Order: sequence, then structure tokens, then C-alpha cells
Amino acid sequence: MVVLVAVLTGVLFATGIYQMLKRSVLRLIIGLALLGHGANLFLFAMGGLRPGLAPIIGLGPTEQMVDPVPQALILTAIVIGLAMQAFVLVLSYRTHEEAGTDSLDELKAADGT
Amino acid sequence: MTQHLFLPIIGPLLGAVLCLALRRRLQAQRLVSLVLTTGLVAYLGLVLWPDLGRGGGYLRLLLGSWPAPFGIVLVADTLSALMLSVTGVTALCVLVYAIGWLGDADQVDHFFPLYLVLLAGVNGAFLTGDIFNLFVCFEVLLVASFGMLVLGGKHAQLEGALKYLAISQVASAMLLVGAGLLYGTTGTLNMADLSVRLALPAVAPYAQVAAMLLLIAFGTKAAIFPLHFWLPASYHTPPTPVSAIFGGLLTKVGVYALYRSYSLLFAQQWPGQRPLLFVLAVCTMVVGVLGAVAQREIKRLLSFHVISQIGYLILALALATPLAMAAGVYFVLHIILVKTALFLVAGLIERATGTVDLYACGGLLTRKPLLAGLFLVNALSLAGMPPLSGFFAKYGLVLAGLQAQAYAPVAAALAVSMLTLFSMVKIWIQGFMKRMPEGVYPQDAVEPLLSAAATALAACALAVAIAAGPLWNLAMQAAQQLLHPAGYIRAVLGG
Repeated sequence: MVVLVAVLTGVLFATGIYQMLKRSVLRLIIGLALLGHGANLFLFAMGGLRPGLAPIIGLGPTEQMVDPVPQALILTAIVIGLAMQAFVLVLSYRTHEEAGTDSLDELKAADGT
Repeated sequence: MTQHLFLPIIGPLLGAVLCLALRRRLQAQRLVSLVLTTGLVAYLGLVLWPDLGRGGGYLRLLLGSWPAPFGIVLVADTLSALMLSVTGVTALCVLVYAIGWLGDADQVDHFFPLYLVLLAGVNGAFLTGDIFNLFVCFEVLLVASFGMLVLGGKHAQLEGALKYLAISQVASAMLLVGAGLLYGTTGTLNMADLSVRLALPAVAPYAQVAAMLLLIAFGTKAAIFPLHFWLPASYHTPPTPVSAIFGGLLTKVGVYALYRSYSLLFAQQWPGQRPLLFVLAVCTMVVGVLGAVAQREIKRLLSFHVISQIGYLILALALATPLAMAAGVYFVLHIILVKTALFLVAGLIERATGTVDLYACGGLLTRKPLLAGLFLVNALSLAGMPPLSGFFAKYGLVLAGLQAQAYAPVAAALAVSMLTLFSMVKIWIQGFMKRMPEGVYPQDAVEPLLSAAATALAACALAVAIAAGPLWNLAMQAAQQLLHPAGYIRAVLGG
């Protein structure tokens, strides 16, 4: 389980960064999303991974409980990530409307001379 | 006694909700945000500071009365109170300026709610006592800043915002991973508790990884050298009041987070930590000022100076002696006021000449002597001329550097000061001394609100110089609190 989650986190980070290195704005956004999910999964693993156990007091001995704090943190982080994703999608749509291109290399209006 | 510590966060948030409800009524929105920001300043002066004095330099509020390492805790020490105060004063002046500046083309009805949310996020970052809420506060202020950056929706703004957003999100992911690692290692998010647990040698390797992750995360927000490229690409694009509050305030929240985490969490330094901070500080100073020297647009030039000044603040952190930290704290107060005032003056220059290009404007010394005076005082203060506030800040820093025998960074700091003076003189000559070029038809509109706001902020910056003695004592107290976290830990955990 730990190995699986570790590998998955690594894959998410790697593909996220790979997508962000591409020139397309859309790929940048996909990369950001994957990176965010990788971070969330990492946070999840930090609470200790015990399959089949719920983070609820009273279902069993407390020593066998999963730590609920990271799960609460992830919920917060997912909501924040959702808001950011929505914003970046609208922003990239408007940028595409104005600039007429999807290539990050051609977005130079703010760089000046 | 400390039940009021949540007010700087909840007040602006409620105001933002109210402003959203009053979306079509501009006057009411202005009134709400003015009343709230004035109230915030009054609260800080009349309630927070006296209580802080009575509380022995620390105040804490346990939210929901959960005991300290488990629940969410808000903490105010001298550094927090100083940062909150300078934020309140700056926010008030910029708000007045924004009321005078923004028109329908800037989507002004969206400005006020976003501004108040930004203020809530900044105040929250200064007050929070746990690392995850620091992340949340950063996200709150970031999402508000994204909205403010694209007010008006011009092409350059959208592109700048896209780059700013992408880099900020990577930094936020790093912060999240860093916080997760700290929790996984120590089982706590409370910064005072973390400080105790990270001191154990067994967790040292994890602490180092987390230290680097947080350095990347906060360093991106503070625009430290290899992570600064988003700043000059975005900060000059929005309307001037937005540029001013961003340039003056936002990067310093990142610096505050670095001061807090590197004194409280990672005080047990690994061998490479100080040299790394020295290198970053010097590179940030030099790269920023060299970028500024090459610019011909005032706002863009000032954006590069934002980066260069961050280098001084990091230098203080790298030296980490009481004198250096006090100089760093005083420097933050000075730079927030002076830098914001300079952005406001840049806006006035733009209004007076109708251009942002230095080579296309001129002749302001005779036509707008008050504006010239405002610029000169702030520019010389930025460059570090006595008897202005920049001098005291840099003098303390250089003295601390010499005492620590860090001669190379001190030499770099002094050279960067010269170049800062050079680029300020460039604005002075091009904008004020030179004769008005032909073909430019300046409007002679009198804008009392804008001038009043800029003058008030410049007066505050002067007050930092005049009250240098008492403020230096406060900065020294803040530095002692940072370097001796035992008091902070006792105040938070109540042991």
C-alpha cells in the first residue's frame, strides 16, 4: 500500500511537471492539476496508511484508528485547488481570446522590451 | 482578554461579503471598505498594542477553546503586531488612492470585495500560529490577488496573471508537501509545538527537506532570486493602486513567513543553510537592481526594485544576529511604506504626463513641485540616504554584517545601494529635471484624493524615520523574540 501510494505520488508529480514544461497553456493547466493531486496524495500518505480502517472514534480500539487530521487537510486543499482550477480555466480562456494563441512562447505582451 | 485577535481576519471578510451584496452601489462599497480599514487601524492602535504590552509581548487566541497543540491558534507577538500595523496604514492610504483612481474601465465594483479579502488573507498570515493555516491564508490572499491583477482585463494583465498564477500554484504545492512532511514527521501542525519537536536530532533529515520545500514556497512568494521571474512580468500590468499594494505588501508576506519559519522551525541549522541564504540574498539584490537599471518604464523599474530590496531582507535572515534581525524588521516597515508610496507617486506621474515611459515625460519639477518633493523624499529613502528611514535600516544591516565578518555580502549591499540611487536619479532626471518633450500634452487635472493619499503615505514613511528610536527598540524586541523562540513556545503552549 505504502509503495503503491509512493509510486503514484511520484508519477503524478513527474507527469505534472512534464506537462508544465510543454509550451501549450492547456498542458500547463493539466500539469498544475496533476501536481496539486500529487501533493494531496502525499498529504494523505502522511497520516499513515492502514487499509480498511476509518478515522472515527468508537469503531474499534483507538490504537487502530487512522489519523483524521490529514484527511481534513486534504479536503481543504482539494476545495482550494478546485477554486484555483476554475479560475485558471477562465483566465486561460480569456487570454486565448485576447492573444489568439495557445503557445506560452508567444505570450509576451507583459514582458516588454 | 485576547478574544479580539480574530477581528483583523473576520472584519475584512465580513466587509467583503457586504461589498458583494452592495455590488451595484459604488458609494456604499467605498464607505464600507473605508470604515472597515479605518476601524482596523484604530483597533490595532487602541486595542492590540496596549494588550500586547500587558500580555508581556505575546497574545494568543485558542479558536473553539481547543487546547493549544491540537486546535487552531492565533498568535500575535511584536513582529506580527508591527506587520499588522504597517499593513493597516498602507491599506488605508492605498484604498483612498484607489477610490480616486479606479473608474469603470477598471471594473471598480469588483475591486473592493477583492481588496478586503486580500487584507483578510494578509492579516491571517501574520496572525496564524499553525503551518497549515499559513497555507490557507496564502491561498486566500493569492486568489484575491489574481482577481485584482486582471481588473480591467487588458491583454498584458491576463498574460501576467497566467504566469503569476502558474508559478504561485507550484509554490503552493511545495508548501503543502512541506507542511505534510512536517506533520508526518512530528504529528503536529502547531508552529510552537513543531519548534519543540523539530529540535530532536532524530527528525533532522526530514526537517532539512521540509526547510528547503518551505524556502522554495515562501521564496517564490517573496520573489527570491531564481524564483523571481513572475514578478516583473505581472506587477506593472494592473491599475496603479493594485500595483502599489502588491509591490509594497505581498512579497513581504513571503518574507515574514520565511522569518517566522526559519527562526521558529528551522533554527537548528544544517551546515549549508547560512551560505545558501547568503548566496540567495546577494543574487536577489544584484539581479533585481541590474534589471531595474535597464528599465525605462517607471512601474516596471519599481517592480525590479521590489526584488532587489527583498535581497536585503534575506541578508538579515542569513546573518541572524539580534542586530541584523532588528535591522531586517525595521527594513520591512520602511520598505512597505516607501515602496508603496513610490508606486503611488508613479501613478501621479502617469496621470500628470499621460505616459509611463520615462523618456516621453519630463518637466515635472516646475509644473508639479509637490509631486517632485514627494518623489525625491521616497526615492532617497529607498536608496538609503540619511536622515531618511532607508538609511537607518541599511546602516543597521551593514553594521551587523561587518560584526559578523560577512564582508562580501556587505560590499554587495553597498554597491546595490549605489545602483538604486542611480536608477532613482534616472527617474528624477528623465521625469522631473528634463524639459518637457514636444508632442506630449499633459492634462492639468487636479486630483486631490490621489495626492492626499500619496502624501499621507509619504508622511508615514517619514514618521518611520523620525520615530526611528522607539521603532528600533520595537524591532529589537521583535528580533529577540524571533531569535529566542522559548517565549513564543511558552505563550502558545501555555507551559
